[in-house]
Amino acid sequence: MSVTTGSVTTGSATTGSATEKQSAETVLSIRDLNIALPKGADRALAVEDVSYEVKRGEIMCVVGESGSGKSMAANAVMGLLPKGVHATQGEILFAGQNLLALTEKQHRALRGLKIGMIFQEPMTALNPLMRVGAQIAEVFEAHGQLTPKERQARALELLIEVGIPQPEKAIRAYPFELSGGQRQRVIIAMALALEPILLIADEPTTALDVTTQAQILELIRDLQQRRGMSVMFITHDFGVVAEIANRVCVMRYGKIVELGDAKSVLENPQDAYTQALIAAIPSNAVPPHRETSQVAPLLEIKGLNKVFRSRGGLFKPAREVRALEDVSLTLARGETVGIVGESGSGKSTLGRCVVRLEHPDSGELLLDGVNLSQLRGDALRRERHRVQMIFQDPYASLNPRTKVGMAIAQGPIANGTPKAAALKQAGELLDIVGLGASAVERFPHEFSGGQRQRIGIARALALNPELIVADEAVSALDVSIQAQVLELLEELKQRLSLSLLFITHDLRVAAQICDRIVVMQHGRIVEQGSAEQIFLAPREAYTQALLNAIPGREAPVAATA
Amino acid sequence: MSFFARFAQNRGALVGLIILLLIIAMAILAPLLFPESPWRMVQRPFLPPLSQDGFPLGTDTMGRNVAAGIMHGAWVSLLIGLVSTSVALLIGVPLGAIAGYYGGIIDDILMRFTEFFQTIPNFALAIVLVAIMQPSVTSIVLAIAIVSWPPVARLVRAEFMSLRNREYVEAARLVGQSNTTIILRQILPNTLSPIIVLASLMVATAILLESALSFLGLGDPNVMSWGYMIGAARTVIRQAWWLSFFPGVAILLTVLALNLVGEGLDDALNPKLSRER
Amino acid sequence: MVYARLIIMRLLKAVVVLFLIVIFNFFLIQMAPGDPAAILAGEAGATDQEFLNQLRERFGLDQPLYVQLWRYVSGIAMLDFGYSYRLGVPVFDLIMARLPATLLLTGTAFVLSLVLGIVAGSMAAARVKKPSGSIIMALALLFYATPLFWVALMSVVVFSVYLGWLPAYGLYTVGAGHTGFALALDVAKHLVLPATTLALFFMAIYTRMTRTSMLDAAQQDYVKTARAKGLKPSIIQRRHVLRNALLPIITLAGLQAGQMVGGAILTETVFAWPGIGRLMFEALQQRDYNLLLGIFFFSAALVIVFNIITDLVYSLADPRIKKGAS
Repeated sequence: MSVTTGSVTTGSATTGSATEKQSAETVLSIRDLNIALPKGADRALAVEDVSYEVKRGEIMCVVGESGSGKSMAANAVMGLLPKGVHATQGEILFAGQNLLALTEKQHRALRGLKIGMIFQEPMTALNPLMRVGAQIAEVFEAHGQLTPKERQARALELLIEVGIPQPEKAIRAYPFELSGGQRQRVIIAMALALEPILLIADEPTTALDVTTQAQILELIRDLQQRRGMSVMFITHDFGVVAEIANRVCVMRYGKIVELGDAKSVLENPQDAYTQALIAAIPSNAVPPHRETSQVAPLLEIKGLNKVFRSRGGLFKPAREVRALEDVSLTLARGETVGIVGESGSGKSTLGRCVVRLEHPDSGELLLDGVNLSQLRGDALRRERHRVQMIFQDPYASLNPRTKVGMAIAQGPIANGTPKAAALKQAGELLDIVGLGASAVERFPHEFSGGQRQRIGIARALALNPELIVADEAVSALDVSIQAQVLELLEELKQRLSLSLLFITHDLRVAAQICDRIVVMQHGRIVEQGSAEQIFLAPREAYTQALLNAIPGREAPVAATA
Repeated sequence: MSFFARFAQNRGALVGLIILLLIIAMAILAPLLFPESPWRMVQRPFLPPLSQDGFPLGTDTMGRNVAAGIMHGAWVSLLIGLVSTSVALLIGVPLGAIAGYYGGIIDDILMRFTEFFQTIPNFALAIVLVAIMQPSVTSIVLAIAIVSWPPVARLVRAEFMSLRNREYVEAARLVGQSNTTIILRQILPNTLSPIIVLASLMVATAILLESALSFLGLGDPNVMSWGYMIGAARTVIRQAWWLSFFPGVAILLTVLALNLVGEGLDDALNPKLSRER
Repeated sequence: MVYARLIIMRLLKAVVVLFLIVIFNFFLIQMAPGDPAAILAGEAGATDQEFLNQLRERFGLDQPLYVQLWRYVSGIAMLDFGYSYRLGVPVFDLIMARLPATLLLTGTAFVLSLVLGIVAGSMAAARVKKPSGSIIMALALLFYATPLFWVALMSVVVFSVYLGWLPAYGLYTVGAGHTGFALALDVAKHLVLPATTLALFFMAIYTRMTRTSMLDAAQQDYVKTARAKGLKPSIIQRRHVLRNALLPIITLAGLQAGQMVGGAILTETVFAWPGIGRLMFEALQQRDYNLLLGIFFFSAALVIVFNIITDLVYSLADPRIKKGAS
């Protein structure tokens, strides 16, 4: 059920009837829109009483966390609502017509021609069996424009315009031959092929690495300005908003909680929820100076190497990926070291080698002087309790058939603690992570994502490990939840003097919790230093690029709640 | 929603369950309603259905009661279907679990082995095996199990491969649980629903296989089975269609019921994955 | 060239599998009940020990097992499958004489079931939640659950005995002396019932598979992209949904080829179709184990050929394989 939150502060209160003319400056206006979810969903309306406008030549950001209904209105505009989901009230005015009153055929005539759309998952948004050129040409075909030959020529021009490397080659490529960022460019090319008035971008950079994200954001802003197009940009990330938005509409539980000018919303949010969201973004403020203890290192990694070999199958040649190349670092007792990098940087492999889910090819992993890197079998099993891990996906990290208490107690039981004592300790740990001992008897599905992550932390603590590796431990969580979990980690760190290896793709998160930061790229360490130094005086170009790519970094962000 | 409520939402599954219960009842009641051996000659041959009391489905070429044959045949079909499926599970589940969990060279060897059995046309293999071992309930059960375990192994392997890198399994490995404990406690319970669904469909296929073997004259000569009845009446199909017709309907209903129940189980056990209907 | 490599690898694998089947076959023959020499002797009407020993020597049955295995394997490599104990004719010749009829039957049934199954499955996918879609699926389930041999018998009763439309037995009308086009027509008439009954079960499988696969493909992101372009539903269905949905169906079709050879045994038995299935039934009745296992080997080889063809078709349909992607 929906929850009422604060007053709705709308910039322009347009609540007129369908007959009221749109002003020439308004491209799209959504009025009093209700969208009903099918029976049995967690609430009746996906979107309730939503009204906002997109003006000519502006980028309107619709922001919200998962479940806020932020994408629903966009889908209604496109006429692409999922099965069983219908608009039950209100109107969507575009080019003088109410889109909700259109027949499917009329709506189809607008799609691609007047309204273009780009999606979140570039990896799956292209037909794997069709060449890129043919997929772009289809847009012209759908609207009966140009001859087949001209379509190919236009496709090439578009590919050049969106900045694909080697466009002549790319036009004949199949999607699997392109990277995620390149595919997203192809999708943008398709969406812009017929020069639509309105572009809807549904989380178009969420699945991309931070440097690719920065490039795609720049491309969208560029094209928007060059063509004077309007963009409806849906995102969960206030950093992206700061980067790109002219106006912002913040949604929660299907309702608008704040609507207004980007600058004023970011600098002076009125609604409590918006304030919380903005405050929860790991701030850009320079990480505080932290004293690093000069005791003997707890963890010493020396010259670690790991190569993944995919054996050649029937249809594919053997391939080698050098995931780790000569990686060396140290971590002192009570210290938090962040490993930061983009996908493919080897950061996760490093973490998995440290907990010994992977077997390093060579190099040493000294934990308090004991080399863990080459242990196997029972010898390894006996040492496992010393290093534990907090996992990324709160939904996959707990066995759906195991009660929470047992999930935590399993470790101590496997290491010889009697069952009753282990369960009692599990209750205490659940208390410590803020869930209460009564959670012992419940199943994982009764908990939310953030709560499950707390359970995961309790499980990691159960064996009193000397070192905890957190692998993207907050990446799957909404910003507001992310902040809470980070707070808990910080608190536990102080209280239990934990040593933490914190792996993340998000420099903002690393800045919040880490004493030192190690930047990785292509399996190598690019730079390491105190968090302060990395942020204020990065030595390497790549580190600088990463820092610059953080969305909304230059924009001043109010950090007060 | 409870398991049964979800199951009952699929009306076909409910119908299937009722048919299946009726057939099980037939199998149990057969010795009570027709205490005499179904092989005994009790009337003159070729008695058409409904022509005489006590012989609702008529008599066959040797004057045996068709109704009695069908009731007794239910027992054999269900027995062979269940036992051969259990044996196939006993072969396929451990093989698939080991291949999927350990991966690498072990997986390679076990999967080549499985593929080999999948390449051999399975009905032809079943015929050859029964012919060589000599027809009996045991040889039929074994032959059916031998030709039907590969899909089980493949399914279990695929499930294990996707679950073995699930984070909760890695967490179990990290806290020091042994491989055996992880396989039995962490992974296997989470693969049970697809195995149960597959098993219910396998019982159906096994019944079809058994009937086809008996039809070809490879049935156990001591037990009355539906396939045998059809096979024996094949040559007189022009004079006495009912001799083939009724046992065929019995097979059809049993197999249909099992399939419907299987689909219902699929809906009930995998609510998120269930097909749109 | 990825392509040539693919074919060579596939053939190599086929040879290995065939070799294993030969060995498997040999041990099955060893397990077969009865002494082949005794059977041969029985056929010849003689029972004295002297003659038996002579036979054993002639067929190498007195040699140690590994010698027999070597002889068997090298024999098969030269297409020598030994003799049918009962008929005294080389197994290879018997099979070759019957192979064309089986290829005609299974080939027709394969194409028929695949085409009809894909059409019916696409129709059912387009009519989810509508009565017409449910009826297609109910029929598919019914055919899936019906014993093949029983459908065959019932179709004889209905279409041949009662309606008299189609011939029920054999490959052509014996003694009619048809040639050329008349013969082809005659064979086609004889083919209708066996091919249709064999196809029904497989059509049911393809229908169900196509529907599931199409519904899966329709959920994919690229279909939403296609809709966002403003493409017509018919084009989206054909170009985006069906093309992607066909990939798993090709794989399944390859796997089902083996089942089809098995199904042919039943169909040929009912319709007295003079193919290797019928031959297998005859071998079974006469407990002619050498012939039985020869046919068994051949049907396995047939399946491997089918599998290679499907692999090649798959690689044509999926660009990711041609270009050697992971």
